[in-house]
Amino acid sequence: MQGNIAILGYGLSAIGPGVGIGLIFAAYINGVARQPEARGMLQSIAILGFALAEALAIFGLVLAFVFK
Amino acid sequence: MSLNVLGSLATATGGGYESPTTADFYQPLLNDGPFAITRPAVVMMLSVGLIAWWLIATTKRAAIIPSKGQWVTEGIYGFIRNGVARDIIGSKDFLRFVPLLFSMFVLILVNNLFGVIPPVQFPTMSRIGFPIALTAVVYVVYHFIGIRRVGPRVYFKSLVPAGLPGWIVPFIFFLEVITFFVTRPLTLALRLFGNMFAGHMLLLLFITGGEFMVIHGGFGLKIAGAGSFALAFVLTIFEALIEFLQAYIFTLLAATYIAGSLADEH
Repeated sequence: MQGNIAILGYGLSAIGPGVGIGLIFAAYINGVARQPEARGMLQSIAILGFALAEALAIFGLVLAFVFK
Repeated sequence: MSLNVLGSLATATGGGYESPTTADFYQPLLNDGPFAITRPAVVMMLSVGLIAWWLIATTKRAAIIPSKGQWVTEGIYGFIRNGVARDIIGSKDFLRFVPLLFSMFVLILVNNLFGVIPPVQFPTMSRIGFPIALTAVVYVVYHFIGIRRVGPRVYFKSLVPAGLPGWIVPFIFFLEVITFFVTRPLTLALRLFGNMFAGHMLLLLFITGGEFMVIHGGFGLKIAGAGSFALAFVLTIFEALIEFLQAYIFTLLAATYIAGSLADEH
């Protein structure tokens, strides 16, 4: 087995955002289920939160290629 | 970054599987070096021409009862104007920024969708230069309007929320400066780049890997190769979704940063 250990770093960096994005969308689904009329407002907030939480995984991906 | 299971199998059957690398994304068509005309550059020019043609054609004879094209254009425009600009920036001065946000959204959307549309099939934003250029525009805009509104002294002062204990102010100031001047533009550019790059890499891996398994593999690998192709189809549809979402997110974040500079704390 051979390969690039930087990719493992990317895998590790994806854990946190993965959990975070799951929590964000869980909260979004909860909110919409309780108050369907708030969907439009919640949607942009959820996507914003998703984008911010995702940043760390993207860093990991890019750095995996930078430090190879 | 090599697919070693496939690689070792391939060496057993003669000839190796070359897994896609970052080098596959640099495709000069004319010349080489810093002034090369590359494939993403051609795609970008194509997209600009296409967008200009589409927007002019659908809005030149705008009617009260819209044609189909005008309906689509108005739908996208309304989505950015009301769904992003007005909701995020606020109804007072969002109109100034609608042209910027709209052109960014359309440009990114078309360029991203070119990543899965067959004759082109190259996401421009998978070359880091293009997201950096777009981010530079957003970066200049949100700092410029913030500084013009209150002057540089108040702008930097307002990075730190009021009412903090004195000893903590330098740390918060440092963190906020990093956020405003480094993290925000960096993540804005890298998010778009990373999503497009990783998505296209995935498609490349599944399609070239599937091809290799079908052509060079034994019976079992041929079936796996067919599965790989099927997954590539599914991922293409998923990619189309991601591409739309990333264009939306870029516009949304640009609007958020602009709104932050216009907000009263600043």
